[in-house]
Amino acid sequence: MSLFLRRFYFVLVGLFLAAPLIVVAGVSVNARQTLAFPPQGFSLAWYVEIFADTGWRNALFASLTLATLSAALAVAIALPLAWFLWRRIAPWANIFQLLGIAPFTLPPVITALGLLTFWATTGFYGQPWTAVISHAIFFVTLPLVTLSLGFSAIDRSLVEAAATMGADDRTIFRTVVLPLITPYLVSGYAFAFVLSLNEYIVAYMTVGFTMETLPIKIFNALRYGYTPTMASVTVLFVVLAAVIYSLIARYGDLLKLLGANSGEKP
Amino acid sequence: MRREAPQKLTDYAPLAFPAIMLVVFFVIPFGTMISVSFFQRQQGGFYTPAFVFSNYERFLSLFFANVLGFSLMLAVLVAICCVVIGVPFTYLLTRLTRRAQIIWMVALLSVLSLSEVIIGFAWSTLFSRTAGITNLLVALGLMEKAVALSPGFPAVLTAMVYQALPYTILVLYPALVRLDPTLTEAARTLGASPLRAFFTVVVPALRATILATLIMVFIFALGSYLLPQILGRPQHWTLSVLITDQAIYQSNMPFAAAMAVFLVLVTLAMVALTLFAGRKRESAA
Repeated sequence: MSLFLRRFYFVLVGLFLAAPLIVVAGVSVNARQTLAFPPQGFSLAWYVEIFADTGWRNALFASLTLATLSAALAVAIALPLAWFLWRRIAPWANIFQLLGIAPFTLPPVITALGLLTFWATTGFYGQPWTAVISHAIFFVTLPLVTLSLGFSAIDRSLVEAAATMGADDRTIFRTVVLPLITPYLVSGYAFAFVLSLNEYIVAYMTVGFTMETLPIKIFNALRYGYTPTMASVTVLFVVLAAVIYSLIARYGDLLKLLGANSGEKP
Repeated sequence: MRREAPQKLTDYAPLAFPAIMLVVFFVIPFGTMISVSFFQRQQGGFYTPAFVFSNYERFLSLFFANVLGFSLMLAVLVAICCVVIGVPFTYLLTRLTRRAQIIWMVALLSVLSLSEVIIGFAWSTLFSRTAGITNLLVALGLMEKAVALSPGFPAVLTAMVYQALPYTILVLYPALVRLDPTLTEAARTLGASPLRAFFTVVVPALRATILATLIMVFIFALGSYLLPQILGRPQHWTLSVLITDQAIYQSNMPFAAAMAVFLVLVTLAMVALTLFAGRKRESAA
């Protein structure tokens, strides 16, 4: 009975999480341009549309470019910071860790508005590269957290052995530290990438009037009514996120990244 | 290699790039926003440097009090719903096999990453008349004809719980996965039912965690900027929606900035509360 209740609870939560996505997947294969579920007819035309229609293709391209660059910049900011905090005793430097975590902890609209006023004041408002920097700052928290976790997992005696044998900081970093933290580096990049791909408000407030990322495009389309391409793009995004997180789970220790103790079976 | 204090100036070199980026593109924008909140708005969407409190004085209106009250109420409600669903769920999740946990986590992370735009669109579809859940109820004979369930308050609340639930579970997970399993085993050996063991042993042991989670989910829900707009009516707009609206559509940056500063203060007060709860938990452990 208890087992049955437990299963029932899991099914219930699973259904709640899946229901809107199932319906969206359903309407995305409608044969005609109607919002109907169960779908009437079957067609993958709306998936082709993402790549065939210039507007959607440009938005997809803009989103992918933005996510690729901003996640790379976020990692470039987080890596030296996390390394410094691990290598040195400098309590005041923790302020930068706090600054790295703040943008993600505060309500997003605040970071977005701060960046909007900043870019407007400096006169760069609307330039595509401002979105890259904005997203990198907004998502720097993710690689910072995964990398801090990665550094804290390094056995210091390994590093000490290398130092005893005469390796300098640079050599140790390249030959010992970097291989050990690569999984954390990759997952930090992946988290920042996926979230940047989906981010709306910061992108909208910084470059919303000059370029369209996919979330902006979906929102703009939503205001003028319904088009089935929104549904197919949504499905594409969910699948993309699931694939990326599965890869992290496949090649890294996802549960440890999320706070479980170790890789052993619980 | 042991950790050591920086000795030479060059030891600080790795800090330079992150420090410059964070100060120039986070601290300065933040400061810009605060100063704009004291600026004077001009006709036509421009604003000029000044030091006026008129943007803050607008908070003293009944309209603003209503928006603030509604935002706080909605965020509290979302936090409570998420914790009530999330605590038993996360507890059961940590008792599954590693493989099953990973599968759930991939699903939860995927939902958590979804854009608010997409969540809003997905739920507006599920709540629509033509493709919505009511069609299912009609097919089952439970309803006479399909109806639209949005816009409305239940739609806003449901979608916000949907958005915040994966976050809640991920916040709860580290504390619950480290919970000593012998605690419940002891209770079970002494004859408590699983449900009783959960409520009398697990929940009290996690009181501080649950409080901290409530506050974190509250902050998370406070930040929701699109769902009330897509799924609600104007009276369901929250502070975050209002800030976006003032900044983008009304072109009133000073007022938007003043509201944002206010929202920061509310959030910081909540973070302080979280830290306080965390300290209490540590001293209790």
